[in-house]
Amino acid sequence: MAENHATATDVPVPYSTGDSKITDTTIAEMRELAARYPVGRSALLPMLHLVQSVEGRVTPEGIETCAEILGLTGAEVSAVATFYTMYKRRPVGDYHVGVCTNTLCAVMGGDVIFDRLKQHLDVGNDETTEDGKITLEHLECNAACDYAPVMMVNWEFFDDMTPESATQLVDDLRDGNEVKSPRGATICTWKEAERVLAGFPDGRADEGPTGGKATLAGLRLARERNWTAPSPNGGGSPAPLDGGPGPRPEDQPGRESQAVHTDDSRKED
Amino acid sequence: MTIANNTVNPSAEVERTDLITVTIDDIEVKVPKNTLLIRAAEQIGIQIPRFCDHPLLDPVGACRQCLVEITDAGNGRGMPKPQASCTITVADGMVVRTQVSSPVANKAQHGNMEFLLINHPLDCPVCDKGGECPLQNQAMSNGYGESRFHEVKRTFPKPINISAEVLLDRERCVLCARCTRFSEQIAGDPFIALVERGALQQVGIYEKEPFESYFSGNTIQICPVGALTSAAYRFRSRPFDLVSVPSVAEHDSSGAAIRVDYRRGKVMRRLAGDDPEVNEEWISDKDRFAFNYATTGDRLTHPMIREDGELRPASWPEALTFAGQKLTAARGNAAVLTGGRLTLEDSYAYSKFARVVLGTNDIDFRSRPHSAEEVDFLAAAVAGTGLGTTFSDLEKAGSVLLVGFEPEEEAPAVFLRLRKGVRAHGTKVFSVAAYASRGVEKLDGVVVQASPGTEAALLADLGSAGEAGSAARAALGSDSIIIVGERLASVPGGYSTALRLALDTGAQLAWIPRRAGDRAALEAGCLPGLLPGGRLVTDPQARVDLQAAWGVDSLPSNVGKDLTEILAAAGSLDALVVAGVEIDDLPDPAAALAALEAAPFVVSFEVRKSQVTEYADVVFPVVPPAEKDGTFVNWEGRERSFPVVLKVAAAMPDVRALAALAQEMDRSLGFSTPAGAKKEYDELGRWDGDRAQEPTYQAGPSLGAFDSTRLATWRMLIDDSRANDGEPHLTATARTPVARISLTTARRVGVVDADELVVSTDAGSIRLPVVITPMPDNVVWLPTNSADSHVRRSLHADHGSIVTIAGGNA
Amino acid sequence: MLTPVLSDNWDQIRSWQLASYQRSGGYDALRTALRMQPADVVSAVKDSGLRGRGGAGFPTGMKWSFIPQDNPKPKYLVVNADESEPGTCKDIPLMLASPHTLVEGVIIASYAIRASVAFIYVRGEVLHVVRRLQQAVAEAKEAGFIGTDILGTGYDLDVIVHAGAGAYICGEETALLDSLEGRRGQPRLRPPFPAVAGLYGSPTVINNVESIASVPAIIKNGADWFSSMGTEKSKGMTLYSLSGHVTRPGQYEAPMGITLRQLIDLAGGVREGHELKFWTPGGSSTPLLTAEHLDIPLDYEGVGAAGSMLGTKALQIFDETTCVVRSVLRWTEFYKHESCGKCTPCREGTWWLVQILERLEHGKGSKDDLETLLDLCENITGRAFCALADGATAPITSSIQHFKDEYLAHFENGGCPFDPMASTVFATAGASA
Repeated sequence: MAENHATATDVPVPYSTGDSKITDTTIAEMRELAARYPVGRSALLPMLHLVQSVEGRVTPEGIETCAEILGLTGAEVSAVATFYTMYKRRPVGDYHVGVCTNTLCAVMGGDVIFDRLKQHLDVGNDETTEDGKITLEHLECNAACDYAPVMMVNWEFFDDMTPESATQLVDDLRDGNEVKSPRGATICTWKEAERVLAGFPDGRADEGPTGGKATLAGLRLARERNWTAPSPNGGGSPAPLDGGPGPRPEDQPGRESQAVHTDDSRKED
Repeated sequence: MTIANNTVNPSAEVERTDLITVTIDDIEVKVPKNTLLIRAAEQIGIQIPRFCDHPLLDPVGACRQCLVEITDAGNGRGMPKPQASCTITVADGMVVRTQVSSPVANKAQHGNMEFLLINHPLDCPVCDKGGECPLQNQAMSNGYGESRFHEVKRTFPKPINISAEVLLDRERCVLCARCTRFSEQIAGDPFIALVERGALQQVGIYEKEPFESYFSGNTIQICPVGALTSAAYRFRSRPFDLVSVPSVAEHDSSGAAIRVDYRRGKVMRRLAGDDPEVNEEWISDKDRFAFNYATTGDRLTHPMIREDGELRPASWPEALTFAGQKLTAARGNAAVLTGGRLTLEDSYAYSKFARVVLGTNDIDFRSRPHSAEEVDFLAAAVAGTGLGTTFSDLEKAGSVLLVGFEPEEEAPAVFLRLRKGVRAHGTKVFSVAAYASRGVEKLDGVVVQASPGTEAALLADLGSAGEAGSAARAALGSDSIIIVGERLASVPGGYSTALRLALDTGAQLAWIPRRAGDRAALEAGCLPGLLPGGRLVTDPQARVDLQAAWGVDSLPSNVGKDLTEILAAAGSLDALVVAGVEIDDLPDPAAALAALEAAPFVVSFEVRKSQVTEYADVVFPVVPPAEKDGTFVNWEGRERSFPVVLKVAAAMPDVRALAALAQEMDRSLGFSTPAGAKKEYDELGRWDGDRAQEPTYQAGPSLGAFDSTRLATWRMLIDDSRANDGEPHLTATARTPVARISLTTARRVGVVDADELVVSTDAGSIRLPVVITPMPDNVVWLPTNSADSHVRRSLHADHGSIVTIAGGNA
Repeated sequence: MLTPVLSDNWDQIRSWQLASYQRSGGYDALRTALRMQPADVVSAVKDSGLRGRGGAGFPTGMKWSFIPQDNPKPKYLVVNADESEPGTCKDIPLMLASPHTLVEGVIIASYAIRASVAFIYVRGEVLHVVRRLQQAVAEAKEAGFIGTDILGTGYDLDVIVHAGAGAYICGEETALLDSLEGRRGQPRLRPPFPAVAGLYGSPTVINNVESIASVPAIIKNGADWFSSMGTEKSKGMTLYSLSGHVTRPGQYEAPMGITLRQLIDLAGGVREGHELKFWTPGGSSTPLLTAEHLDIPLDYEGVGAAGSMLGTKALQIFDETTCVVRSVLRWTEFYKHESCGKCTPCREGTWWLVQILERLEHGKGSKDDLETLLDLCENITGRAFCALADGATAPITSSIQHFKDEYLAHFENGGCPFDPMASTVFATAGASA
C-alpha cells in the first residue's frame, strides 16, 4: 500500500501522559513472565504485549518498567518495541480492525474493502475513529489466504469478506453488538486480546469451530470419495485410520458461528 | 610493574603449524586458521571495501560491501554466490577473487555501493567527514560514476543530539552498526541501538537516556560516514586543512595513543591513535575532547613578580634573577611540590633541581591524599621495576582483584581492556569497594563490600569476607592480578596487605595511579625518600652511584618531608617551589592555602593561573603538553614519548625554565631540553642494587560496624577537574552527582531515593540527592570533585573520614 | 488421490481438545517413542525421508542428528509457527484444528534430541491459535505428557507457547531465535549454526509446524509407511494450500508430487468463466509459474526443475483478470515493509524496487526501467544477508520473464489496463479485464 513507502518523517508520538496504569500487579505479572523462560529477556515480547493490555499502547512507563525488570537500557527495549508491527505507539481503539492488502487478498477484494472502510469510518491507515472504538490498519498476509479477502478484528479471523460484510462488521463493533469470529471466539477488546498474547489465557479456547469450510475442503472431498492415506501395514487399498471417521462439522457446537459466511455463495459445494 | 612471580604473558606468537594457505587474486598468503578473509587480503595489500567490518568488533556482515567470489572453498568446489569477506574465515586451499580479478565481485560491490548511495544525501561539501570519508573514498574507488536512482530519497529531520557531545544525522547513516556494536560490545553502554525496521531503521536513543558513555566519541571516529559528529568539532575544519601529529593523552596513567589535529596553531580535535599494546583504537571522551583547557583565557603568558603585594609582569631574565637570588639564599631549607601534569623529563628536572640546586630531599609529587606507607610500598614494589604487568596481561588474566581502584573512572583504557578480557577470556573481576560502581557492573564484577578504611583488614582475611570475599580469594592464583589504586593511600595497612596477598597467592600486583605524571614522578625520584631509578635516599651506595652520574660531591642523605609535612612546615621554610599542583586536589585545601600564605617565598611554575598563583612571589609560565615534547610513563611502566604538536616560539617547558633558573643559581642541571633530560635519565638507568623491604604496616580497623558514619569517595572521570575547562559539551555528559547510602542507613536518617542528603564535617557540608544502594551501613559515598560535591574543599575530608549525615528535606 | 493424515481428525467434534485427539489415537505415538532410545527416534525420522515443510526442505531427521549430544549445554527445540509467507496458510488451520498433533510431535522431537525445554513461537496475529495452543499445552501438562518424569520414563520437558509481535523476518530461523531471546528479529551470522549454538548459545533444533506435526504419524505408522507416499526424493503426505481464483480454495492433503492440474481439479477448477494466468508454487518468494507448468510434480525436485521452488506449497491461483504488475508491486511493497533493515541490498534495494514498480504500474515507466529492475534484482539476489531479499526479487524476475508484454502494455497505455474490480470475489457477473 502507498502508506508503506512514504519518506520517513518523525511522526509525533504522544509521550508520557502521566496516567500510566501499570500497577504492582502488572509488575508482578511481568516478573512471572520473565520467570517462565530460561533467560528472562525472552519474556520481553510477552511483557510488551502485557504493557499494551494495560496501557492500550506501548508507553514510556511500559518501556521503563520492562527495562528495569530485565536490566536493559531504555534504548534496548525501544529497539525491540519499534521493530514489531503489533506494538503500537499511539493509543489503539477498543477494536483493532485489520484488512489484508497483501497481493492475493488485495486482488480478491481487500483493496476495495480497505478503501470502503476508510471512507465509512472516516479514518486513514493506522488511525482511530473519533469515538475511540476502532483503529483501522491494512495488514500483510495473515495466513488465511484460502478465505480471501480476509479481515482481522483484534487478531481474530473474519473470512471471505465483502465491502458490505466489512461495513456491517465495523458497525456492529461500534454499536456494541456481540460479534463472533467465524473461526474464533466472541470478540473481546484489543486490550484483552493482548493479555492472551502476553501469555495469560482467557478461557475462550473452546469457542468456535475446528475450522472453516476451506480448512476442511480437502478432507471433505477425501471423505466423499473415500480416499485415505495408506494403511500402516503396507496394504495398497485405502483403509480407514484408527478411530474411523467421527461426527461431521455439521454436528459441531461451533458450527453456528459460520453463519456469517452464508452470504457468500461462491464456495457452496 | 613488579612481583611477577609467574608471568601470565606467554608469547602470543602463532605457531607456524597453524598457518594455512589461501590464494587471493592469484597471490598465495599464509595466515593463521580462523583468520577472516578480509584480514588475509589486507596482509597482501588487497583492500576490499567495507563499512561494517571493524577488526575490534564482532563480525556482522551487514553492509555487504566486501563481497568477493570464492572459486574454491578449499574443498575443490566454488561457492555459488559472492561471499562477505568480513564474516567468512579462510580454509586451507581456498581460492578467492576480489574486485581486483573477479567481474562478479566487482559488479557486486558496485551494485551494493549504488544501493548505499541512493538514500545518502549529497552534502559532502558541508559534511565533517568529507575528505576523510570511507563512503566517499570507496564510492570513488568501487562505485559507479553516475546513479540510476531518480526516485524519492529517504529524508529525516536534520541532526539530533543523542548526547550533549554527539549528534546524529540519520540521513547520512549507512546502518553499519559500528556505533551500536561498539557501545554494546566494547563500552558496555547500550544507550544507542538500532530502532525501527527496514528502510526506516535508524540509530536511536531512548528519549530519557542520552548516549552518556565515557567512550561515546569513539563512535564518531569509527563511523564510516558523517552520521555521527561531535558538538565540539562540527563544522570547524576540513580534514585536508589539518596537520596530524601522533601524541599521548595526558589525562590518566594509561598513556593512550592519540592523534592531535591542529590548524594554524590551534588544536582542532583529538582522535584515538592505534596502539594494540596499550589502548588499541579507543580513548575516553576526556582524552578526546578535553584539550581546550590550555586556551580558555587564563593562560600565563609572561613571568610575574610580586611587588607590594601585587603580581606584575616581568621579563624572563628579571624573574629568573629575582627567583635565583631568593632560592640561592634558601638553599638547604627549601622544598618542592610537583603535580600530576608533569612529564618524565619535567619530573626528573625537578627531582635533580631539588637535590643538586636546592640541596634538599623535601620533594613530593603526590598532590592528593598520601601516606608514608605508600612511599615504602612504591619504593619496594614499583619504583625502578620497569615494564611490569601490562594491558595484555589484564586481558588474559584469570581473575583481577581491584582494591581502591575504579577502572572506568580512573583509567578508562584499563576498564576497556578488562572488559575485553571478561568478554573474550572469561576474566573474573572482583572489587573491594563500598558498592558496585557502574564500571564494575559492566565488568560483571563481584563486589567485596568494604567500609572505607577497613579494606586492609578485609584483604588480610579475604577468604572470610563473606561469599564474595571467599570467591575472590579462591580465584587468586598465578594467573591473577591485584590492582591497587591511589585511594588505598587513605587506608592504613592497605598497600602492605595487598602486597602480602600478592606474594602469598602468586598473583601479580599492579599500581595504577590516576594521574598521567605519577609513575614518571616516582621513577624520577620526586619523593622524599627516593632518588631517580628507584634509588633509596637512605642507601649510601645508591647515593654514591648517583653522585658519580651527576658529578656532584654529595647529595642530601636524610629522608625529606612529604607533602603534608612540607605544608605543615611552610612557615619555617625559606622557599617553596610549586609546579602543577591544584590546591583543591590536596587532602586539606584550606590548610594548603594557609601554608602558601605562611611560606616566605613561593615560586610557581604553571600553565594557567591557579590558586597557587595568588600566593606566588614569582610565577613562571610553562607550556602544556601540546607545546612541548616529552614522555609519560604509563602505569605499566611503559615509556610513552610524544613530539611537539604546536611549535610555539620560545616555548618554555618546565625543564627549560628550571635549567635557566639553575644557571642563575650557579649550578647546572646538565641539560636544558626535554630530550637532554631524557638522555641523561636513560643513561642513569634503573638501580640494580638492594631494594627496599616489603612494608608491613598494620591494617586499620577491622570489619566491625561503625558507630559513626564514614565517607567513601572517589573521583569521576568527567568532573570539575580543570582539565575539562573549555569543553562544556563534554562536562554536560558528566554523571549526575548523587550521595549513596544503604537502606538501613537511609531509614536511620529518614530519607528515600531522590531526597536530599546533607553530609557535613566541621569544615562544611554537601547536599546531594540520595540513591539508596546496596552497601555497608553507616557509610556514605560522595563523588570527590563533582558539581555540588567538592569533598576536599567543602568538607576537608577524604576516603575514610568521619562525617555526619542528615536528611535535607526535613 | 488425497491422503488425510495431519488433517484426518479435523472433522472430529472439538478436535482441538485432548479427549478428542486421544479418541483418534492421539499420544499413542508418544508412548511408542518413549519406549525407544532417543537415537532410534532420530533414525526413524531420518529413514522416513521427512523434509522440512517450512520451505527449505532440509531433511528433518538429519537436522536432529546435528545436535552434539556431548555438548554439556541444554538442548532446545523451537517450533517455527510464524507462518507469514504470503499465500501460506497451512500451519494456522492445523494448529487451530488439532494443536495436540503439534504438541505430541514437540514432545517426541524434544525427547529425540534430549531437549528439556521446547518453544512454540507462533506469530502474534492469530489470537485464537494462541489460545488453542496454550490450552493444548496445559491439557498435555495436566495429562502428564509434559512436565517431569513423563509417563514414568524420567524424561522432563517444559513447553512454552510464545507469541510473536509482527515481523515476517522472524520466520527465518536465526531471526526467530533472536526474537525469542527478546531482541529485534534480525538474522544471525552462520556459522555457528543453531544446531551448535542456537537459542541462548545452546544446541537448538528449529522446525516448521507441519514438519513436527508429521512426526507422530511417522512414529506410529513407521518410516516405511511414510516413505511409501510421495516421490523418490520427496516423501510423505503434505498440506497443499489452494487460494485465489479457484472454486473451492482450501487445504488439500496429498502425497508429495501431485500436480497443480490435479489439485485445481479437486478444488472445482479455476473460478467459473476464467482461466489460469499465473500461480505461485510455495508463496510469494517462489518464482511465478504459468499454465504451462500445470503438470509438473509438486515436489522439491519437480518445482525446482521448473525454475521455481516448492516452498510452503502455498498455491496462489490468479486468473486472467489479475494485473501481474499490480500483484508484483504489492508483493514488493510487502518485502520492503518486512525487510529487517540489517543489510544494504535488501533494505535499500526494496526501497528502490517499489518506487520503480509503482511508476510502471501507473504507466510512467519505460523499457529502460525493466532493464534497471532486472539489474537491481541481480545486484540483490544472493548478495543479501538472508533469503528474504532473494524472495523479494523472485516475483519481479519471474514476472518479467513470463509477462514482459504486460509490463510494456502499462506504459504503452499510459496506465494499468486492468479493472481492479474484475478480479474481486464480489465482481459483478460479466466484469472482465
